[in-house]
Amino acid sequence: MHKILILLAASAALLSANAFAVDRGELLASSCMSCHGPGGKSKGAIPSLAGLEKGYFVTSMQNFKSGARPASVMHRHAKGYTDAEYALMGEYFSKLK
Amino acid sequence: MSITRRDFLKVSGAGAASALIAGCATTASGAAPKVVVVGAGFGGATCAKYLRKWGPNIEVTLIEPNDKFVSCPRSNLVIGGLRNMDYLTHSYDNLSKHGIKMVKDMVVAIDPAKRTVTTKGGKTFGYDRLVLAPGIDVRTDTVKGFQEAEAAGKVVHAWKAGPQTALLRKQLESMADGGVFVMGIPGTPYRCPPGPYERISLVANYLKKHKPKSKIIVLDSNPDIVSKKPLFTWAWNTFYPGMIDYRGTNAVTGVDGSRMIVSTEFDDIKADVMNVVPRQRAGELCAMAGARNDASGNWCTVNFTTFESAAVPNVHIIGDSVSAALPKSGHMATNHAKVCAAAIVELLAGRQPEAVPVMANTCYSDTSDTTGGHVANVYRYDAEKKSYVDPGGGGATPQGDAANHAYAESWAQNIWAEMLS
Repeated sequence: MHKILILLAASAALLSANAFAVDRGELLASSCMSCHGPGGKSKGAIPSLAGLEKGYFVTSMQNFKSGARPASVMHRHAKGYTDAEYALMGEYFSKLK
Repeated sequence: MSITRRDFLKVSGAGAASALIAGCATTASGAAPKVVVVGAGFGGATCAKYLRKWGPNIEVTLIEPNDKFVSCPRSNLVIGGLRNMDYLTHSYDNLSKHGIKMVKDMVVAIDPAKRTVTTKGGKTFGYDRLVLAPGIDVRTDTVKGFQEAEAAGKVVHAWKAGPQTALLRKQLESMADGGVFVMGIPGTPYRCPPGPYERISLVANYLKKHKPKSKIIVLDSNPDIVSKKPLFTWAWNTFYPGMIDYRGTNAVTGVDGSRMIVSTEFDDIKADVMNVVPRQRAGELCAMAGARNDASGNWCTVNFTTFESAAVPNVHIIGDSVSAALPKSGHMATNHAKVCAAAIVELLAGRQPEAVPVMANTCYSDTSDTTGGHVANVYRYDAEKKSYVDPGGGGATPQGDAANHAYAESWAQNIWAEMLS
């Protein structure tokens, strides 16, 4: 019993040392909402991001960066993030409905 | 905006998880941590909303003296006669849905040692963390004669959206064809770098259609157009040839409301409408807290991963008041707000904040009633430089077009919803 408690305490300490209340993907993605709308749901000409398939999001960002997909502004933003960050943001947006 | 069932489940689920994690850390008193946010503009309203979203156990109080939010971005469309004041004016009512305690009052004192703020209405609020988002103070005292002329309704800066926006519009409507509109632009840093040039474009758009013999004289303290120069040069040459007399390195030194004269070191210029924008500094609230601490005494230096004041512990500064090589824009204020909110949530739980925040800024300017352009940058925190750096993709449109004009409208609707819904 004692050992279990110690283990539990140790894992809780690890959790609190490493876990963020705000996931990095969500924090990165929160910046996008100012243009793409709260929860990734846009009003007007700017596209919504909520519910986009993760692979589609990542490929789109890569293609904006390379220039393979023409863009008004996204080619500038795409160059500011890494592939790993595209994946984090894509994961987050895929879960928004 | 309605809350869907899924949103509800998500929020309540996240709330339960965060409450468990946050349970490890308590404040000195053991009660729910208290954050007071002062100023419900782009930065303050967004910060309050995200503090509640990411830290559902935090008691968030948002103190703001105005009844409604009036947006500075897009206010040039009102001055140019393309929109009305209602378009800029938005209710704060939805913020309380997030559990934010809204207090309509003005903060008159801050005690960082006791961690309290006191309002004009006589209330005192204690805090664990304080967020100051006051925006700018316009230094009308730095332009000779400005305050007298302003009181007489003869000159406006209209650099805070509100009654002066409406008055400037009225003055333009009353001006005769053949009149002279004089605009004075302060030296950098000032709120909204492309703002003056967008205003000139949209005033020109109005005059060209309704008072085509009129002139615009631009007296810029800066040696040249500060932001989006190719875009504005293109617009002025394409749509308004011969109408705009741009004079760089021509700081306005004084105004005379009774004779309608704008003075520089070189000239006295007769005006029909005077729109002079004086220099600015961080809002007075920052000085009250002892946080207006940069070398100039005008702005606030902060730790850029938390936006905590470099001078005053537990006090965070966001938005235009921050001293940074970053544009002072509403959009940037929402970015500061989110990084700051996330950091406060972690700090209150006894954890380290995110080490490498990244934020994206897009700033649209309309160049006529059918065209617009943008400047966009990503800013990534660089721990070595202790500042935000654009990794290299940023830039501006050299010409305006209909697509950016439409995106500008969509941007406004979305950012207003992001901060207020």
